[in-house]
Amino acid sequence: MIKETDVVIIGGGPAGLSAALALGQTDLKVLLLERDPFLGGQLVKQTHMFFGSREEYAGVRGFEIGNLLSESVKKFNNMEISLNTTACGYYNEEDMLLAVHNDEELIRIKFKKVIVATGASERALLFENNDLPGIYGAGAVQTLMNLYGVLPGKEVVMVGSGNIGLIISYQLVQAGAKVKAIVEAAPKVGGYFVHAAKVSRLGIPIYTKTTVKTAFGKDELEGVELISLDKDWNEIQGTERRIDCDTLCLAVGLSPLTELLWQFGCKMRYIPELGGHIPIRDGNLMTTNKDVYIAGDVASIEEATSAMLEGTIAAVSASESLNCASAELLELRDKAFKKLFDLRNGPTGEKILSGIKKLEEE
Amino acid sequence: MRIKNHPILEFNKGNKITFFLDGKEIEGYDDEPIAVSLYANGIKTLSYSLKYHKPRGLFCCIGNCSSCLMKVNGEPNVRTCVKRARQGMIVETDRLVKND
Repeated sequence: MIKETDVVIIGGGPAGLSAALALGQTDLKVLLLERDPFLGGQLVKQTHMFFGSREEYAGVRGFEIGNLLSESVKKFNNMEISLNTTACGYYNEEDMLLAVHNDEELIRIKFKKVIVATGASERALLFENNDLPGIYGAGAVQTLMNLYGVLPGKEVVMVGSGNIGLIISYQLVQAGAKVKAIVEAAPKVGGYFVHAAKVSRLGIPIYTKTTVKTAFGKDELEGVELISLDKDWNEIQGTERRIDCDTLCLAVGLSPLTELLWQFGCKMRYIPELGGHIPIRDGNLMTTNKDVYIAGDVASIEEATSAMLEGTIAAVSASESLNCASAELLELRDKAFKKLFDLRNGPTGEKILSGIKKLEEE
Repeated sequence: MRIKNHPILEFNKGNKITFFLDGKEIEGYDDEPIAVSLYANGIKTLSYSLKYHKPRGLFCCIGNCSSCLMKVNGEPNVRTCVKRARQGMIVETDRLVKND
């Protein structure tokens, strides 16, 4: 099957849905592709309330934000939403995007502009036996318990004290598990103080300057050995100690899902502060391929709020390039620029800003 | 283990179904991913590594990694963390030849 459209959005998470919200206000024909059977991306498993301003859904739980965005997007007449559809390749010679629907039907898509909002995947960590069943990306545990209501274990050790590690530790306790420790290799806690305070009140110890040395278990995880790190991140021999657990969650960062961007021929650069290999783009989130825009974690690993703002910016910019951006839309983009600026200039935006500075040096 | 009481969430599952794991009957819910039903039943080993034949379980649970590949209705390398379970489905642990 061949589909023709003006704009394709790849990914129905916070970035893609925000892009769809903006494009829904144009006369452009829009196709939204989502590989899952539902919209919302990783918002569907976020049970915590968001911060920031009311316009960015502060005080609303993540999964409810996902529902609100999805319901709004479904009302547009210029939008086709294709669920269970994985965008899996781009053919340069024919200028066509390939997608697979329901694991079997191949769809070829002709488009003018594409907004890539594919998100990110969780990183693993190197240690002995890190492939034992019972060792997960922290997001996997969040999916199991918050989306499907299945608790994978009773006793948990969390690696990483960024916001994901802290929030999921709290949610594990809400779901009935015991979190025995949060382990952090850095000298201080990575996430927001509010989240750290919440887990501390639950009595969960946070061990800084500590990492996992080994995992134990015959067929499944039975315990881990922790070890302390010195100021140069070297292991301190003799500090090994064992904690019994059936679940180890790795909340050690995300990598952008950039496969399609490489295929689109976008120029990429390795910037660790932004999550690894990321596409070079201008202020309007256009990549070096002028038909390809980006938004969300695939652009740089940040958070859902910035992903939503980037979705708006990318969508308005794509519409503008097709001469279809109204004054209202341009104003919406100006607001998004300002909010993104404020967000990144807040107390936690330092790393992102230093990464973006490197990018601008290009 | 299924969560019975949650302070924030309610889990509205579909119809109960049964499918087969290596011939053994497994209870799950229609439209729940296969691996999720297996984990709810305490089964954590989904595949084996090619070279050392070590057990592997879920890692990402959203279809990114390949830790959960199993044979489903005869089709190998299916990502069971996103493939929905259906009544009577035949799921097999894919014990590939040990590769020395």
